[in-house]
Amino acid sequence: MEGLERIVAEHRLFEGLGDEFIKLAAGCAKNVRFNADQYLFHAEDPADWIYLVRHGRVALELATPGRGAVQFETLGEGEIAGLTWLLPPYRWGYDARAIELVRAIALDAQCLRDKCEVDHDLGYALLKRFLPVLVQRLQATRLQMLDVYGSPR
Amino acid sequence: MDRLAEIAPVMAPDAMLPRVVRVAKRTRDLPDTWTLELVAADGAPLPRYEPGQFTMLYVFGIGEIPVSISGDAADGSRIVQTIRAVGKVSEAFGRLTVGDTLGLRGPFGTAWPVAEGYEHDVVVVAGGLGLAPLRPALYRLQAERKRFGKLVLLYGTRRPEDILFRRQLANWRKQLDMEIEVTVDHAGHDWRGHVGVVTKLIPRLGVDAANTVALVCGPEVMMRFSASALHDIGMPEDAIHLSLERNMKCAVGLCGHCQFAGSFICKDGAVMRYDTVRRLLALKEI
Repeated sequence: MEGLERIVAEHRLFEGLGDEFIKLAAGCAKNVRFNADQYLFHAEDPADWIYLVRHGRVALELATPGRGAVQFETLGEGEIAGLTWLLPPYRWGYDARAIELVRAIALDAQCLRDKCEVDHDLGYALLKRFLPVLVQRLQATRLQMLDVYGSPR
Repeated sequence: MDRLAEIAPVMAPDAMLPRVVRVAKRTRDLPDTWTLELVAADGAPLPRYEPGQFTMLYVFGIGEIPVSISGDAADGSRIVQTIRAVGKVSEAFGRLTVGDTLGLRGPFGTAWPVAEGYEHDVVVVAGGLGLAPLRPALYRLQAERKRFGKLVLLYGTRRPEDILFRRQLANWRKQLDMEIEVTVDHAGHDWRGHVGVVTKLIPRLGVDAANTVALVCGPEVMMRFSASALHDIGMPEDAIHLSLERNMKCAVGLCGHCQFAGSFICKDGAVMRYDTVRRLLALKEI
């Protein structure tokens, strides 16, 4: 295993995934970089790419009337920017901006979806890796919604 | 009478009698949060305390509430306490000025087991105003820095403008012998730090989990999830310590207001071990 395959295999999301699946995923991958304040994607754009962050930090933001862009989460090394690719309508719901230089693996979402349709074992293996990320984010969102640091009054 | 006799040994002779102290300095930390530096006004030396303990502060004519000690226990000349205005009494603290007097009972309660961290890594997890009762432990950890392994402070709060003791955190971070990570629940475009819940920082700690001691203080929900996340990375439950909060009135285990199952937070806590409270934390009846 070398080059892009090795880089894909080293990302936390794919740790322990079989070589055959790594090869299939790497076939949809490319290396990308974003300078500080460059956007990985914008809200309402098609969710064509999944970004596996290898270096740097990404801010997820929502435009809010009167408050401008509000950051609701930051992502760092080993995390994933973009879970919207999994389900229709495959459209981003928020902006993703590089806070600093970001190096990432970009996975072509359509390419990956097509491979998952053809090879359900790959699809199941990937789902088992993306689902915990979704659950963690859901739990974190619940905590944020509770606003536990707010005044108890 | 038997019950009183049983409780009496835990009470200092003057545990119910307030001392008179004077405000020597007053700092507005946040719009609703104040730090008061209190000195003795009755000629006697101030009581000594351990990090994690609290006092009962009495605004004369208004009322008495439990307040976390947030200063350096090594400084016996004053007691530093941080208060958020959430009710009639705590709001009155915000109106006190230098020279005003108030009543003080205590210190009360259990302490952060800082010495358990000797030769271990130490993780301090603070949420919101929970940083205040942890600050005395941080002073102690700094004072005895060579006795500990890796030292990490994770601090979560609501917004960047709600960060408590901001200047001190920046100074500690500059000293380079303690890792400090701050995260907020949400932030404007210009914030360059972490955004997200504090528990998210725990898997990235990079400590020797099996040989780490954790001190956790913040809103109870935040503590529950933080302790759970610390256990998930391999920390033993008995190495995780939480500071609980209930409605404390007498502070000596007599009145029962702060009952927590078979314990009283005022005398068996506020600092308690996670393995002794884990199941109770999820019960709404308690």
